[in-house]
Amino acid sequence: MKFRLPFAPLVALRFLREGRMQTLLILAGTTGGVAVIVFLTQLITQLQAQIVDRVLGSQAHVVIRPLEEANRRAIDDEGFATVIEPRAQRLRSVDQWENVARLAAGMEGVTAVSPVVTGPAFAVRGQANKSVALMGVDAERYRRIVRMEEYMVAGRFAVDGTRAVIGTELAKDLGIRLEDKLRVALPNGRDELLQVGGIFDIGNKDLNRRWVFVTLPLAQSLLDLPGGVSNLDLTVADIFDAQPIADRLKGATGLTVDSWMQTNAQLLAALRNQTVSNNLIRSFVIIIVALGIASVLVVSVVQKQKEIGILRAMGASRSLILQIFLIQGALVGAVGSVIGSLLAFGLLNAFSAIYRNADGTPLFAAELEPRFILMAALVATGVGLASALIPARRAARMDPVQAIRS
Amino acid sequence: MNAPVIDLTGITKTYGIGTPVETEVLHGIDLRLAEGEFAALIGPSGSGKSTLLNLIGLLERPTSGRLSIGGRDTATLNEAEITQLRGRSIGFVFQFHHLLPAFSAMENVMMPTIIARGAADDEVEATALQLLDAVGLKAHAHKKPGELSGGQQQRVAIARALALKPRLILADEPTGNLDTHTADDIFALLREFNRQTNCACLIVTHDPRLAARCDRIVRLVDGQIADDLPTA
Ligand SMILES: Nc1ncnc2c1ncn2[C@@H]1O[C@H](COP(=O)(O)OP(=O)(O)O)[C@@H](O)[C@H]1O
Ligand SMILES: [Mg+2]
Repeated sequence: MKFRLPFAPLVALRFLREGRMQTLLILAGTTGGVAVIVFLTQLITQLQAQIVDRVLGSQAHVVIRPLEEANRRAIDDEGFATVIEPRAQRLRSVDQWENVARLAAGMEGVTAVSPVVTGPAFAVRGQANKSVALMGVDAERYRRIVRMEEYMVAGRFAVDGTRAVIGTELAKDLGIRLEDKLRVALPNGRDELLQVGGIFDIGNKDLNRRWVFVTLPLAQSLLDLPGGVSNLDLTVADIFDAQPIADRLKGATGLTVDSWMQTNAQLLAALRNQTVSNNLIRSFVIIIVALGIASVLVVSVVQKQKEIGILRAMGASRSLILQIFLIQGALVGAVGSVIGSLLAFGLLNAFSAIYRNADGTPLFAAELEPRFILMAALVATGVGLASALIPARRAARMDPVQAIRS
Repeated sequence: MNAPVIDLTGITKTYGIGTPVETEVLHGIDLRLAEGEFAALIGPSGSGKSTLLNLIGLLERPTSGRLSIGGRDTATLNEAEITQLRGRSIGFVFQFHHLLPAFSAMENVMMPTIIARGAADDEVEATALQLLDAVGLKAHAHKKPGELSGGQQQRVAIARALALKPRLILADEPTGNLDTHTADDIFALLREFNRQTNCACLIVTHDPRLAARCDRIVRLVDGQIADDLPTA
């Protein structure tokens, strides 16, 4: 048996087909609106994800540190005002860090914990002398915090005995190549001769110049922190859960716990502002598209006055007439969202071909996530329906006699 | 004896109630039409013929009076019931055919059935083709109204009015702008259907020749029935 459309969609489709130019116009408007929204959303989402990814590429999601020590000096007897001064720099260990590490690792959402001993040092080679940050890590565990293996340009990310890993900038400044020797000297007078077993480029010149990775025990002895660690680095499953997890850890341990979201508050605020302005643009586009659909349908209802009267005379209820126009709005929205998504995909392709990073790689991937297409389809169909509501109700209320008499 | 198909008592219709142009167009109409009756409604232009037909066709409601269609008092029916009663038991033929321009002749004929049943099916299509055949338009089934002549359009409109085998056919000057020969054809079609199905027919016409071929002539003057006589 042939498939035959039910009454309301049948008439709706025919009316749309009959209204050629009008239909094309609202379809074009809806398509354009959807394309702009999908394109912008996909672009901004991708760029934001990249920025966050880049920031987190060299950073732990959550860092646990010893409580910050401060001197309080009362200015007046009542203690109304106090001046809080940080105490002179002195390395301290996280109290009972093994227990804290176990607690953190057991916390929901935490996927990795890595102890780190870090402190200032000088890298010395011949006459050259650079200020660096000594990083004592367990390479295996630290890799789950920062994906160092992806950044290696020479050697491997492994520390053992006096073997160390340094960044490209430091290597260049000191003229060091793989397997060369490097002396580190500490403010406390200790020093050690290291052998460079790996060179990394983490995409950040400052870190490429400062980070010198050695084993945990070596860093502990050089920095006078036997058995201690200066911080615990954590990775969490959902990066935007970092703050609540940090808060929970802080409550449980009483230690200083910072999430990347606090450390990068400005960046997050900027991203949020971008999202707000994107939402603003989206809202305006949606309003304009809705007004476009509504106005064309209002005109169509007036033009179809006679047909509506005839259909009513033949027994079509008000609700059927209402449906005819609602379906037209929804159809325009649905079809517009499909074509608009295709158009957005084309735009993404074009833009990713034109705009490239300094190194020639595309600034963003020309891909469209299905969830955005789905979102566009739902929103556009909903907007189509909503904007058809007023014209459809007008059509349904229309007096059949008046239509037929004229 | 069955209840009359049309049963009007004291029907009035006033337009523009509460405005300075308030006018009573119909002043107390009493009219009954039995099953199988074929009546002409005549009268000068502006006498209220179309208004009366629209009231009987349930396209608008009377200002006062009792209006029963097929034995049902329409005052007791709500909007949806009125719409359904209209769709299922009344077939309209208008002066200007009033076909849907976006649909083919056959689709126009199917439309009342699609409305009543929700969608077409093979049987609905077959019935529509049969009806078009009966009015001599089978070959034009897939043409749009715009591609048909005035007489052909009116024949499609008649086929459409007959689609649901209504108990009542209301025709408002169905032959009004057709030449004599075509008008006779159209009239004959209505008459034939009336004989076949025993439906009641009320036909507004200005043509005394055609009126004379009806069972009964109702004459409306200034919103009142001046006389209501059987033809010889
Ligand atoms: N919607 C309306 N509002 C006001 N007056 C109307 C309306 N419809 C019809 N009339 C008036 O009612 C009278 C009867 O009209 P109508 O029923 O069309 O007459 P006929 O069909 O006999 O020519 C006319 O004077 C017409 O102007
Ligand atoms: Mg008239």
